[in-house]
Amino acid sequence: MSGVHDMGGRPNDDPIDQSQHILSDWERHTHAMVGVLREKRLITTDELRRGIESIAPQEYERLSYYERWSASLETLLVEKGLVTQEEIDARAEVLREKWG
Amino acid sequence: MSTHTHQGHDHGHDHDGHEHEGMLEDVELSERARRVLAMEELLAEKGVVDRTEVQRLIDFQEARSPVDGARVVARAWTDPDYKGRLLSDPEGALLELGYPLVGSAKLAVLENTDAVHHLVVCTLCSCYPTSLLGLPPDWYKSFAYRSRAVVDPRGVMREFGLDVGDTEVRVVDSTADLRYLVLPQRPAGTEGMTEEELVALVTRDSMIGVGVALAPVA
Repeated sequence: MSGVHDMGGRPNDDPIDQSQHILSDWERHTHAMVGVLREKRLITTDELRRGIESIAPQEYERLSYYERWSASLETLLVEKGLVTQEEIDARAEVLREKWG
Repeated sequence: MSTHTHQGHDHGHDHDGHEHEGMLEDVELSERARRVLAMEELLAEKGVVDRTEVQRLIDFQEARSPVDGARVVARAWTDPDYKGRLLSDPEGALLELGYPLVGSAKLAVLENTDAVHHLVVCTLCSCYPTSLLGLPPDWYKSFAYRSRAVVDPRGVMREFGLDVGDTEVRVVDSTADLRYLVLPQRPAGTEGMTEEELVALVTRDSMIGVGVALAPVA
């Protein structure tokens, strides 16, 4: 059985939504951070995809495109020991307190 | 990074709608934004990335647009030798015009003719020649396009207003290692136009295959 990401030919009657959203800063930064880490050979495109494709199917379908990217990036950074999960959680909490 | 400006409320105030169901999506997005900023700050503090490098890549990506691809196409329309190089050595041909391919993925250029029309999709994700055309449109990454393009390409193209009639349609599925650029057909009635004038006829959608180049304004 193919994974949730393997969408080619999957039954889908939805019309294609051609509207375009303007990228948020956090989306641009997600994309660029992945690019910088790739240039430094700290992560690869295949690893990023593996991280995206291992998101649980229901979650995969619920998350937006860059939410999937950033979730995968978080997984990879922790896996590679570049940053710990505790550090990310703690810093995100600091930022929440700072901004309300 | 100014992610906090997207939360739609004044900083430091406590009425940010955490209890309001209608705000759930906002709250989730900003939580994700906080985690992204947290990762960037931590990587910078540890010396893993320099934040100016992140900004440099953002600037590079924002400077790319389908106009860059359109210049490549217009050159190929007006210079047969260049077209030959574009089809046989896309990376070298792009470099000639000042467009380096970034990343390890190769690029293949697919020429549309009276006999064959190409349509590009990435069923698995979103692979796209971003270092030439900029970031892909949202619809290219949508589940509907990824699912349907390979089984009903003509129906998909009709939704974009394109009917290719009896022309053979070849759908190509991009991968992380190989991306595609469609070389659309030069429209009829453009024989007297300059390369610069032709650039304006080449749409993003014509380089993905859900459209064709625009007809010249009479």
